[in-house]
Amino acid sequence: MKDGRLLLAPAMGWLAFFFIVPMLIVVAVSFASRTPYGQVIFEWTLESYQRLLEPLYLRIFANTLWVSFLTTFLTILMGYPLAYYIVQLPKKWQQPGLILVMVPFWINFLIRSYAWVIVLRSQGLINSLLLKFGFIERPMQLLYNDAAVMVGMVYALLPFMVLPIYVALEGLDWRLLEAAYDLGASPFKAFRKITLPLSMSGIAEGTIMVFISSIGMFIVPDVMGGAKTVLIGNLIQNQFLSARDWPFGSALSIVLGILSLILIFLYYRAINGSKGGAQNA
Amino acid sequence: MPKTWRGHVLCAYAMAVLVFLYLPLVILAGYSFNSSRLNAVWSGFTTKWYVQLLHDRYVLDAFTNSLTIAIIATVVSTVLGTMAAMALHRYKFKSKNFIDGLLYLPILVPEIVMGLSMLVLFSQVQIPLGKITLIIAHITFCLSFVVITVHSRLETMEPELEYAAQDLYATPWQTFRYVTLPLAMPGIVAGALIAFTLSIDDFVISFFVAGPDSTTLPLYIYGLVKRGLSPEINALSTLMMVTTVALVVMAQIAQPAENKKEE
Repeated sequence: MKDGRLLLAPAMGWLAFFFIVPMLIVVAVSFASRTPYGQVIFEWTLESYQRLLEPLYLRIFANTLWVSFLTTFLTILMGYPLAYYIVQLPKKWQQPGLILVMVPFWINFLIRSYAWVIVLRSQGLINSLLLKFGFIERPMQLLYNDAAVMVGMVYALLPFMVLPIYVALEGLDWRLLEAAYDLGASPFKAFRKITLPLSMSGIAEGTIMVFISSIGMFIVPDVMGGAKTVLIGNLIQNQFLSARDWPFGSALSIVLGILSLILIFLYYRAINGSKGGAQNA
Repeated sequence: MPKTWRGHVLCAYAMAVLVFLYLPLVILAGYSFNSSRLNAVWSGFTTKWYVQLLHDRYVLDAFTNSLTIAIIATVVSTVLGTMAAMALHRYKFKSKNFIDGLLYLPILVPEIVMGLSMLVLFSQVQIPLGKITLIIAHITFCLSFVVITVHSRLETMEPELEYAAQDLYATPWQTFRYVTLPLAMPGIVAGALIAFTLSIDDFVISFFVAGPDSTTLPLYIYGLVKRGLSPEINALSTLMMVTTVALVVMAQIAQPAENKKEE
């Protein structure tokens, strides 16, 4: 037992000092004030939290949640059929199929967003092709707007959705489907009554991962979005780097962190609940 | 899969999604060999942008920084992480929930929040931003991944092997050295590769804790992207993509045990 503590202590000590302590300081800073030059002084105030309630910032929060919701919805729409397709492949093709989905996931968000900049910008691939074939006369503005940000977000986060859905589908007992067909269910009905409910845990897990990554995202809107598309992540980045309002930035990130943790908590409650239900059934 | 119209639609849809995933990356890699300075038109194959990278002092500096930081972060996080995973595997701890929380929170908290919290820490304890702060930050976000990877490998091991060694009068050290460590090795290698990949690839956290003399490759690319497009970014991004993919494939190969079991 004593050996165990000694083995565990360095890693835990490291995380305590370089993860927990910084978080506590951020909490403290969020209640602190600042000098006109941006220096943090520890005179306690709720001002930063009060500012969160200003319409400008509430709108940014609402916008972030809306973009995250849309991203999640679109990744389900694109990811579910892909995961379903991979599950139905012969066993030896499944692993390569999955790796094919996961490879882009490992490539830097920054590089992946930049790849879309090349495709979408006014001298980019899409505009060049459309111009060449005479569909348009002048290049369209495809980049630096909300739609571009959506494309980038879905692109960045799609693998997060495919993997858990694949895992859920892979564990599915396909004999249930055969039974349903034998009993005369249409493919659509069999899907709706059996496949979909039984893969819900995968959708839920993917939803949480995509949604949480979306609400904290700042690279994609930073690289692909215009001035209009500001998400919480960009706002936080601004507070720390250009505006130098650390207390407000800290308050924002605490709200973001708490929001993420609540979502994770809800998710764990949901899957534990559903597992319990399945066992009872 | 039955050859029905539904099967064909599903197949076409899945292929379309895969094209969506890969097309931009392929185009990016393609343009890195384009001899024109503009990305728009293809005007012949060249490797000159790659050659140019090799002569660019800023790129080489950024590369050296990235590599140094990644190697140190990987070594430290792998050693600390493996020790912790062994402890969690071998011993029962009363404060298990607390330990799990400490391990999983750094993964669950949004990266941007982790990055800025470290910036705030370093500014409060007055450590100037630079390579040291980058290394500390990278160790912090790699550590949990290493512990989890190694621990999951240890959990798949059969405890009988360790018992057998003890029955044959192996000392705890011999058991560790000749049984536990070799069996855990694939997990440790996979953990180290994950740590290395995360470190060399990290942008968000580095963005907050880097100093002027400690630009890493992702930070350098960000600077180029922000300033405008140049063919060097294509070449540099392509090299980073290839490196990342190679590392991930290696991590997959290092962990063959689970796949074999499934077959």
